[in-house]
Amino acid sequence: MLHIKCPHCGMRSQNEFAYGGDATVKRPELNKEVSDQDWDNFIYNRKSLRGKHKELWHHISGCRQWIKVERDTATHEIFKTVKANEEI
Amino acid sequence: MNQDFRLDNVGLINRNKKISFKFNGKKYFGYEGDTLASALLANGVHLIGRSFKYHRPRGFFGAGVDEPYAIVQLYRNNETEPNVKATEQELFEGLEATSVNCWPSVNFDIGAINNLLKVFLPAGFYYKTFMWPKSFWYKVYEPFIRKAAGLGVASIKHDKERYEHKYEYCDILIAGSGPSGLASAYAAAKNGARVILAEDKPRFGGTLLTSEVNIGNQTGKEWAENIIAELKEMPNVIVRNRSQVFGYYDHNMLVMSEKLSDHLPKTKKYHPKQRLWYIRAKEVLISSGSIERPLVFGNNDTPGVMLSSAAKEYLKVYGVLVGKKPLIFTNNDSGYETAIEFKKNGIEPIILDTRKDPKSEIITEAIDLGIQIKFSYVVVAAKGYKKVKSAEIAKISDNKSELGTLENIDCDCICVSGFWTPTIHLASQSGNKTKFNKDIDAFVPGVSKQNETTLGAANGTFTLEETLKNSFNMGHELSKKITNIDNKVLSPLVTEKKSTQHDKFWCVPLPKGKTYKRFLDFQNDVAVSDIEIALKEGYRSIEHVKRYTTLGMATDQGKTSNLNGLQLVSNIENKIVPEVGHTTFRPPYTPVTIGAIVGRETGKHSKPTRKSPMHSWHAKNNAVFVDAGVWLRPRYYKQGSETLFEGSKREAKNVRKNVGICDVTTLGKIDIKGPDAAELLNRVYTNAWLKLPIGKARYGVMLREDGIVMDDGTTTRISENHYHMTTTTAQAANILSHLEYYLQLVWPELNVNVVSTTEQWAGASLAGPKSRSVLAKLFPDIDVSNDGLPFMGYREGNLFGVKARIFRISFSGELAYEINVGSDNGNFMWEKIMEVGKEFAIQPYGTEALSTLRIEMGHVAGSELDGRTIPYDNSLEGLMSKNKDFIGKRSLNRKAFIAEDRQKVVGVVPLDKQTSIPEGSHLVKDANAPLPNPKLGYISASCWSVEHDNPFSLAILKDGKNMIGQKLFAMSPLKNKTIPVEIVSSHYVDPKGERVRS
Ligand SMILES: [Zn+2]
Repeated sequence: MLHIKCPHCGMRSQNEFAYGGDATVKRPELNKEVSDQDWDNFIYNRKSLRGKHKELWHHISGCRQWIKVERDTATHEIFKTVKANEEI
Repeated sequence: MNQDFRLDNVGLINRNKKISFKFNGKKYFGYEGDTLASALLANGVHLIGRSFKYHRPRGFFGAGVDEPYAIVQLYRNNETEPNVKATEQELFEGLEATSVNCWPSVNFDIGAINNLLKVFLPAGFYYKTFMWPKSFWYKVYEPFIRKAAGLGVASIKHDKERYEHKYEYCDILIAGSGPSGLASAYAAAKNGARVILAEDKPRFGGTLLTSEVNIGNQTGKEWAENIIAELKEMPNVIVRNRSQVFGYYDHNMLVMSEKLSDHLPKTKKYHPKQRLWYIRAKEVLISSGSIERPLVFGNNDTPGVMLSSAAKEYLKVYGVLVGKKPLIFTNNDSGYETAIEFKKNGIEPIILDTRKDPKSEIITEAIDLGIQIKFSYVVVAAKGYKKVKSAEIAKISDNKSELGTLENIDCDCICVSGFWTPTIHLASQSGNKTKFNKDIDAFVPGVSKQNETTLGAANGTFTLEETLKNSFNMGHELSKKITNIDNKVLSPLVTEKKSTQHDKFWCVPLPKGKTYKRFLDFQNDVAVSDIEIALKEGYRSIEHVKRYTTLGMATDQGKTSNLNGLQLVSNIENKIVPEVGHTTFRPPYTPVTIGAIVGRETGKHSKPTRKSPMHSWHAKNNAVFVDAGVWLRPRYYKQGSETLFEGSKREAKNVRKNVGICDVTTLGKIDIKGPDAAELLNRVYTNAWLKLPIGKARYGVMLREDGIVMDDGTTTRISENHYHMTTTTAQAANILSHLEYYLQLVWPELNVNVVSTTEQWAGASLAGPKSRSVLAKLFPDIDVSNDGLPFMGYREGNLFGVKARIFRISFSGELAYEINVGSDNGNFMWEKIMEVGKEFAIQPYGTEALSTLRIEMGHVAGSELDGRTIPYDNSLEGLMSKNKDFIGKRSLNRKAFIAEDRQKVVGVVPLDKQTSIPEGSHLVKDANAPLPNPKLGYISASCWSVEHDNPFSLAILKDGKNMIGQKLFAMSPLKNKTIPVEIVSSHYVDPKGERVRS
């Protein structure tokens, strides 16, 4: 079980969090033209990285804040965690 | 009591407490502090089971966790447990155990005929024999394997024992209470660290209990006892025996299984049998010691052949002689320690040493004691079937390839020592890349991956002096880092005998003309010849060899066999062991019971049970409950001997005719506040929300970004910047996360707060043509006329002194209202409604009638909004705004989503108006078409229409728009039904929706 440092609550066990996928995906802006390709990339296409991955976690049984985590997908090493409004 | 093999004054057992037990039906006696193994050995019982594959007689090989084959079926307090190691099971009054793997009895075993007939099952046996013909697998092979090879029988009874889970945090977790564990725990604890010290055995001290050493002016054993006593008194230290740290997981999380009651005849009331500890440690010290390696020779699996360290432990801890004519076969000095213990107790051992002329303090002591020693000698084969009777021995040439003349020597046990294998499982599990240490011919931990440090024998350090020095240092150093205290305990002076280099030789060659089986893995009956076959057949990777031969598999996971297997592969392949590498160590290190893993989460505790505030009313009024997610909801209120079908029909009819009341507390509720609340709703819902007036509700649909319908519900504008959203029961949690995601990550500029209020409100739905009359009586000061409170209107009211919210919304298609009050007043509200509604023939209705009402209305719900359908499929396309963007909109123009013959929800009626259509049935054009019969759609929900008094179903049907009036077949192979049906509109009742507005 991972030990994740919530930027709001401190070190908490993984079972308080829900995984939220790739943190680098940006939703296209509302009311803007989006090409099929760009929309597909936003909805479906994800890299399955081995190594450093920037991802979202939701502190669902804690402060209920979405946070950004940089984690190695092979070793589970966590390098950094930041708040939702911060860049990772 | 006559125990032929028990010494009078040796051992740590309590001779004042005699314990009776049964093995294979026969009664024996032992003492408190015995294990089942030591008590049986004291009684001269060496035959304990049969081996897995060849059903060869099996005895004891180890004295603890290292035991590969003394596995029994245990009976305790009317329960039974398989796979229990006799060497670990402590004796308790009334213990019963039986052998496994033998039929009809341990003394006469039919499976052993395999052995007599020399039909030895070779490597890859399972792959070669049981693969074909395929049809044989279920009928012939599997039953045969199960009967012949099972390692015991699992109980099929409900386990009434209690198992607990515990979470703990500490500075330093120390696994193993041998010299390194005690020293490091003491140093760290004295330095203020929060320490957990875990020992898998009942007694603390590890090898200090059996070795002849002095620490300071105490014996090793006294020193251990004093340290433990002091640690137990310290508030910053948790000391646990019978506790195995079996798994090292991510981020320094370790899991430990504590056996609190397995050594007792019966678990004490309210006590757990076992406790699983999840321990998050800042630092981990692995002091798990080492396990002696076997030497490999002919018939080395015969009962009476055992590890020399085990023989010493039986003698020193339990006062038990494993034999009276022991032969010690060793390639290092450890065997001498065992021989000396025998000699001191009046037994004459003979030592066979593979080495030519080793010199050390211990060897000198053995010689001085007059012990007979044969150098450059080996055991070629053990003789005797159910017990060692003699040994075939021979001199071995200096290059270890030529055997001299075979001699026979009488003995009743053979104690073997092939040097020591550090127990590196935990370090390896943590991700530590282990390295091969040529000096000890074994793997030791390499560079630490997590915050783990391995000490003492587990790290390949075999002298006590060095072990203690390193461990005191490490305990101090690590604790200092954490506590910033610098309180150093000095390492005491150690007196121990020095030993000399071990011999790398471990596998005795076969003499010419002999075909003795030389076993590597005792639990799985893997012999030297099996590995040879596997390699001949082309297996190279040690992982493949393991699986093909089953070397190191099953419950002991190769604790004694792994290294010898690797040595053999590397010898044959002319490689060195590090190149071959070892197989991966995975948790658990020792078997863990399912009970411990599950903990308290069994039966109704396996998930939370949520009950509405009106639950007790429902129960009192004969509600039959159904699981709705984690909620318990009334399915129907049973009157007399009514069936579900009859009861739900009655309830639904009463809603259509009079008025019904349904508990809708379970609906998800989210409170939304903020100046941008309307903007948020406008983005997450597909329809327009910016102009919703205060005091009005609106129905809305939410999509996922991929265009699939996510949820539906109504949201009401309570005041200027305050909205009350409802979600379906199932999606409540997901929708809140969904909103939080967009507010926190995508549109943080929106000034909105969302919070779940599902539990804060109790909800009752009042539905039916007479609902207005009931409402008028409930809220006499509110104008509830169609003009005063129109469809989708909202009012706040006073329900006999209780603040209430009134929503005019409908799920049933009838004139309906939903009343919410604070949860505390839920029951009060319910009872008031029942009381007031009495004159209007009000009846409560459950989820089954609720479904009936919504199905015949054609109102889509969970069975249609199943995560696979888009708005069009559910005839919700009218709610897709053309004038604004919203979540998922961009996906709706995908080719498949706008296809002309896209699936759509329709109504389905059986032609005979009698046969109910099973949910999940497929709709096909031709019931007799060859398989696979093309599927046009599926039945998503079925009910008995109370309006039309015939069955009615909803279906998602291809080109549903153009299928109205068509005749198809609903086929359910599961229920073996083929039903001719007609496709009709999904709106089977009140298609214009007049009633809700009436
Ligand atoms: Zn948090």
